[in-house]
Amino acid sequence: MNLAAQLPVLPVIIPLVAAPITLLLPQGRAPHLWATLISWLTFAVSIALVSMVSDAGVISYHLGDWAPPLGIEYRIDLANALVLALVSGIASVVFAFAYRSVRVEVDPRQSTFFYCAMLICLTGLMGVTITGDAFNVFVFLEISSLSTYALIAMGANRDRRALTASFNYLVMGTIGATFFVIGIGLLYQATGTLNMADLHDRLVGQSNRMVEAGFAFIVVGIGLKLAMFPLHLWLPNAYTYAPSAVSAFIAATATKVAVYVLIRFFYSVFGFDFAFVGHAFTYVLLPLGLAGMFIASLVALFQDDVKRMLAYSSVAQIGYMLLGLSFATVEGLTASLVHVLNHALMKGALFMAVACVVFRTGSHSIQAFAGLAKRMPVTTWAFILSGLSLIGVPLTVGFISKWYLLTAAFAAGHGYAAFLIVASSLIALVYIGRVAEMMLLRDPPSEGPYAIPIKEAPLSMLIPMWVLVAANIYFGVRTEFTGDFAARAAEALMLAAGGAP
Amino acid sequence: MGGADMISPGLAIPLALWVPLLGCLAIWLLDKSPNLREAATLVTGAILFALTVTVFIAVSTGQRPGFQALEVIDGLPIAFQAEPLGALFAVIASGLWLVNSVYSIGYMRAGNEQHQTRFYMSFAVAISAAIGVAFAANLFTLFIFYEVLTLSTFPLVTHKGDEKARRGGRIYLGVLMATSIGLFLPAIVWTYVIAGTTDFMPGGLLAQHVDAAGPIVGILLGLYAFGIGKAALMPAHPWLPNAMVAPTPVSAFLHAVAVVKAGVFAILKIVIYIFGIDLLKDTGASIPFMWIAAGSILLASAIAMNQDNLKARLAYSTVSQLSYITLGAMLATSMGVMGGAIQIAAHALGKMTLFMCAGAIYVAHHKTLVSEMRGLGRVMPFTFGAFFLGAMSIIGLPPMAGSWPKFFLMLGAADAGQMAIIVVLIISSILNVVYLLSIPVQAFYMNPAEDGAKLQGAGGAFIDWGALKEAPILCIAPPMFTAAGVIALFFFIDPLYRFLLPLIGGG
Repeated sequence: MNLAAQLPVLPVIIPLVAAPITLLLPQGRAPHLWATLISWLTFAVSIALVSMVSDAGVISYHLGDWAPPLGIEYRIDLANALVLALVSGIASVVFAFAYRSVRVEVDPRQSTFFYCAMLICLTGLMGVTITGDAFNVFVFLEISSLSTYALIAMGANRDRRALTASFNYLVMGTIGATFFVIGIGLLYQATGTLNMADLHDRLVGQSNRMVEAGFAFIVVGIGLKLAMFPLHLWLPNAYTYAPSAVSAFIAATATKVAVYVLIRFFYSVFGFDFAFVGHAFTYVLLPLGLAGMFIASLVALFQDDVKRMLAYSSVAQIGYMLLGLSFATVEGLTASLVHVLNHALMKGALFMAVACVVFRTGSHSIQAFAGLAKRMPVTTWAFILSGLSLIGVPLTVGFISKWYLLTAAFAAGHGYAAFLIVASSLIALVYIGRVAEMMLLRDPPSEGPYAIPIKEAPLSMLIPMWVLVAANIYFGVRTEFTGDFAARAAEALMLAAGGAP
Repeated sequence: MGGADMISPGLAIPLALWVPLLGCLAIWLLDKSPNLREAATLVTGAILFALTVTVFIAVSTGQRPGFQALEVIDGLPIAFQAEPLGALFAVIASGLWLVNSVYSIGYMRAGNEQHQTRFYMSFAVAISAAIGVAFAANLFTLFIFYEVLTLSTFPLVTHKGDEKARRGGRIYLGVLMATSIGLFLPAIVWTYVIAGTTDFMPGGLLAQHVDAAGPIVGILLGLYAFGIGKAALMPAHPWLPNAMVAPTPVSAFLHAVAVVKAGVFAILKIVIYIFGIDLLKDTGASIPFMWIAAGSILLASAIAMNQDNLKARLAYSTVSQLSYITLGAMLATSMGVMGGAIQIAAHALGKMTLFMCAGAIYVAHHKTLVSEMRGLGRVMPFTFGAFFLGAMSIIGLPPMAGSWPKFFLMLGAADAGQMAIIVVLIISSILNVVYLLSIPVQAFYMNPAEDGAKLQGAGGAFIDWGALKEAPILCIAPPMFTAAGVIALFFFIDPLYRFLLPLIGGG
């Protein structure tokens, strides 16, 4: 057995093994450097996997050489290879970024635990994405969720409300996980297997109450995890009170992975033969996606806390992903996948910019942003460029997402949805514009808590942040790694699901 | 134009896009030495003008130089190609930018304005974006530069940084972004879904792809007409009067030339190359928008009459005059399109003259209200002389360039069988006389309200040459230059007409 053959297991094994080692390291710089190194290594492996899958097609890896469906199978196609690269890529950037931010926001005595939890969270997210086994999805989902609860709670050092936010998320997240595992249980009852591909084969033609109930439990369970409107109530507080680096990481990855799981279950497990999928698209995802787009955007408009504003914006953006999915076409699925990638880039950069502001001003209230263009110009422009991306201005990834979504909407005969999409991006224009105006056109406050001398954030934060901003622009003009891959992934998924290609 | 012969037209287009950006960089680096900084602007302007003239000459000989930068999505490249309308717009924009830069130096220094480096940098980015709009080979490319133009002019509109400027800026950005993202973008995507590309094609891209009987043509045309907010077709116009909080050079160049013309240019281009005149003529889809444009012409003129603030009056006049171009496009006749195209040039020269005069008056006397300008012509004869010529052109009186577009538009209206449009054009000219010509007439012939003694200078001369109080020379010479241009263009209409003939299938 050579190393290349073991490559598929490495994205999970590397952070999993590295996480406890973090605890052995001395306080200070070491845990951060270790976690960053591990994230880069994981990213490199993921990139290698993407190129392998792109060249050679689907990879099936049997854990411990136990053949599926009894053994656990890691199954990598283009769709999850892309998500793997995304999650580990965001981790590489955010982990590198985190050091200074975490030092001021998290109790220094907890810093080793912090990086350990971050690595466990990364392990969980990578595992959810890579596995081809339905029960394994649940296991990894819980690994990532449990570590996320701990990470959010570490925000308590700065604001005690992080504890209730974390507890709320714990309750909601556990309900979601429980629903999910109940659904898996029902499917197991009906088919006697947990392997996704095997499940798909055995579910063909089966449509009884048990399978239908299993489907419903799974959709609601994942809906909670991905903050599908109106199951999003845990998200705003969690993103707001978590340490800023954690907000950046989970906002860019956790919900995206959940969206991927939803796609995987819809397309690879149930497929179009199962009539409920079509109904779920038309009667659940489409209306909820549209409602989320508008209601969450409107709520974002009235937030005076910039992190909370971005959190509601995330709920709205998840609406776009669900909307694209609900068209049940290759174009729509492509648009969803592209937006999963693109939204991670923009939201990651935005939360990192806010983290820089928190680092210098100690606050994420909109008042703290007044006149920042003069005091923190590099951070200000990072925020504005990523904000433009969120709005969907050309030459940014946001525009590419909008383009795919609009094309899909028109092609699927949902022309009205196209106008609703652009209308909701105009709300984004207003809430981003509010912050941008605060930064650009107001004078720095001369009195009050923010009338303190402020300098630009340190380079160790600026460089990773700008890497992500640059990615927003690079992938805004080059789509062969996002759009083309996503289109191929979507075609493969659609084919497997038995839909019209 | 020494460089004009040395650079191939194909190379001139990318250079024309990059040179202003390099100029922007140079301006930033020269922040500390204002003289060198302004020299950078002027040198950039001169090079850019030479480049656009190179392209213009090439296009006049039948060439269509262009290049493709990169393909973002399948069938969606960022690509450029020069054709007569774009070459004309590029020459106007770059030529007038040069004139306006000279004027800006006079104005900004006389007014001791803040943030001058940022001001010149934003201008340079804006002109690059305008050139991008002019040479765009497809809707997608045009849209990119259209949005860059909006964003790069935002710092100019909010230049003063006070609450009024912020409010103006909010409306400016709000209306332009809302229309472009809310209507223009879906229209482009819809076009792409129908045709598989967004390329501008002689004869019209959609003509081959769309069912002429269906309502799609009308709906799409409406999305474009209102989505291109820069064309200020009512009710998408409020950004324009609100943009007047900007310093006058911004209003003169961007909100009489580059930004607004980018809008009407896009409308003309879409009508000619996306729909095709014949498709619109056959379906009659453009008739409702023709009436909206006609209504916009009259309504904006009526509002302009009630504006005492000179810049506000000029802004509403611009709204009215822009609708001439939209009207020409929506007539869906050869002569209508020709009239619209010539109006782009004629109105640019005329309206820029008027704005620069308004700025000169402000610099010399700090007066912004028309009612305060009575008798002012006696001490500012050059400024008001130029204003008079500019106003004559806007009205459409010979021997001013502005008379030609009216002539062609009337021909176009007659061709289309829309006699009522001719009446609209006549009424509009009369309204223009009332609200524009009254300004220089009052300035020369009426007493200042408070002090009758000033009317007669020493020795009873009409103009007291000893008591002149004009703005600095850099504020006076540019409007006089463009005023002379208004007359010159009247006599050089034939070459321009022949240059534009390919637009309507001739030449």
